[in-house]
Amino acid sequence: MTNLSAKIGNVHFKNPIVMASGTFGFGHEYGKMYDVSTLGGISGKGLTLHPKAGNPGIRVYETASGMLNSVGLENPGIEAFLAKECPYWENLDTVRIVNLGGGTLEDYVLGAELIQQDADARQRAGTTAVDMIELNISCPNVKEGGIAFGIKTPAAQEVVRAVRRVTQLPLAVKLSPQAEDIAVMAQMCEAEGADAVSLINTISGMKIDVRKRSSVFNNLYAGLSGPAIKPVALRMVHQVSKNVNIPVMGMGGITSATDIIEFIMAGATVVQVGTYNFMNLRAGSTLADELLQFMEEEKIGSLDEIRGII
Amino acid sequence: MATVISNERLAEGVFHLRVEGNHGGQMGQFYMLRAWGAYPLLSRPLSIHQVNDDGVEFLYHVVGEGTAILAGLIPGDTVNLEGPFGSGFPFVSGKVALVGGGIGIAPLFYCAEKLPGSDVYLGFSREAFRTEAFSSRAASLTVDVGGRILDSVDFAAYDHIFVCGPHPMLKSAQQKGQAAMEAGSRTQVYLSLENRMACGIGACLVCSVSCRDGQRKACADGPVFLAEEVIFHD
Repeated sequence: MTNLSAKIGNVHFKNPIVMASGTFGFGHEYGKMYDVSTLGGISGKGLTLHPKAGNPGIRVYETASGMLNSVGLENPGIEAFLAKECPYWENLDTVRIVNLGGGTLEDYVLGAELIQQDADARQRAGTTAVDMIELNISCPNVKEGGIAFGIKTPAAQEVVRAVRRVTQLPLAVKLSPQAEDIAVMAQMCEAEGADAVSLINTISGMKIDVRKRSSVFNNLYAGLSGPAIKPVALRMVHQVSKNVNIPVMGMGGITSATDIIEFIMAGATVVQVGTYNFMNLRAGSTLADELLQFMEEEKIGSLDEIRGII
Repeated sequence: MATVISNERLAEGVFHLRVEGNHGGQMGQFYMLRAWGAYPLLSRPLSIHQVNDDGVEFLYHVVGEGTAILAGLIPGDTVNLEGPFGSGFPFVSGKVALVGGGIGIAPLFYCAEKLPGSDVYLGFSREAFRTEAFSSRAASLTVDVGGRILDSVDFAAYDHIFVCGPHPMLKSAQQKGQAAMEAGSRTQVYLSLENRMACGIGACLVCSVSCRDGQRKACADGPVFLAEEVIFHD
């Protein structure tokens, strides 16, 4: 019997396929296309303490084998999420991950406290809606905070330490490929008590409209995702996996079961699938079966047999 | 997967695609189309031109790589359809005008069938297309080439006006609707927006629209909005 399951701390994933933050809403849109409880997990749309309207102007542009986005963390705010989305999450049989962003250190801490308080209240009521926090210190599309915390290790350390102090929920830290030294960044997260790291967030990129002689994006730069970034992502996942003992959630340009296998071989415990959801709205309904088929063909009994073998 | 019945060129860069299958859909809704593999990355949102028992039809203008691939489809080819998505035009009663600019006439053809008795106004910058088909469904048909079709529409004379066209036309329609309302008319103007989309189902927020009550999604809350709700930034 082929085993697709994986674990991060005490969190059990029925398969290694987690839908990446920002590409999957809070799940219910895709829930109309297929049963999202068949997924290993869902990382919800990035949340901030207060609601954010996001960036004005064009927000998406296709590139060779990828896309640039400049959504700018548009989100309803944590309180609206807890009130309106968590009732849906309570009924999902998959790992539910809150992606937490912020503009200031205080925003991160207050946000994490709200999520923890809600988790405590639900636990007292005998239910859960959130299994893990994914701390987003790597969004390239917001002017303050976000990526600013994701480049310099000391700045990131402050956020990770402060958030770790206020939540007992399993904590993953989402890393930016723009980190000065991504292995050192990941080691810091481990030392500060993070339960996992996830990587990579989008790579900062640019598109110029040559007729208008201006950047396509109001915010000048935007985040590159999709198959174009997969080789970079794979290398960074490999590099980080060799330098930490905590689990790695690997992502960047995954569009197939063999892509998933590559990330697992590079050391990832689970993977996240993002942009592929736009290419195939039913991606989550087929990837696990494709993975199973590949493993059976290759006589791989469990992902543990191939994890980090490179 | 749906099979292409026909893919006829109507004018420079304008095509009429018919695909098989009872896919359904309401006025102003759209489908995400894809007739390729991994690249271009994103599927293309096309509004419903017509729904029949045996198929669905689209009008599209070739503007980039995706629509160029669509233009190369021949009968028997297959295309992947997801949808119908979005919140379209409402079923309304009273006196209705359907106003389309360029490829923006696409969703209004189905409206003309569902709302018989509507006056139809079609504007084109260079070359008119599909006007004969529209004339069989319209109470009256006004066609303009090279001018401004909105100038032909008396906004105070209608209960409901559906508008689809380029961005400046939508803004102008909003202003004319506002002016008519301020002059005491009760005309309700609906705009079909054409923002860039990625997922098409309301998850990714790249097609966000600023509205009076906050950010809305062109793909899921729209693409059709009451004109007075929309805030145009440029």
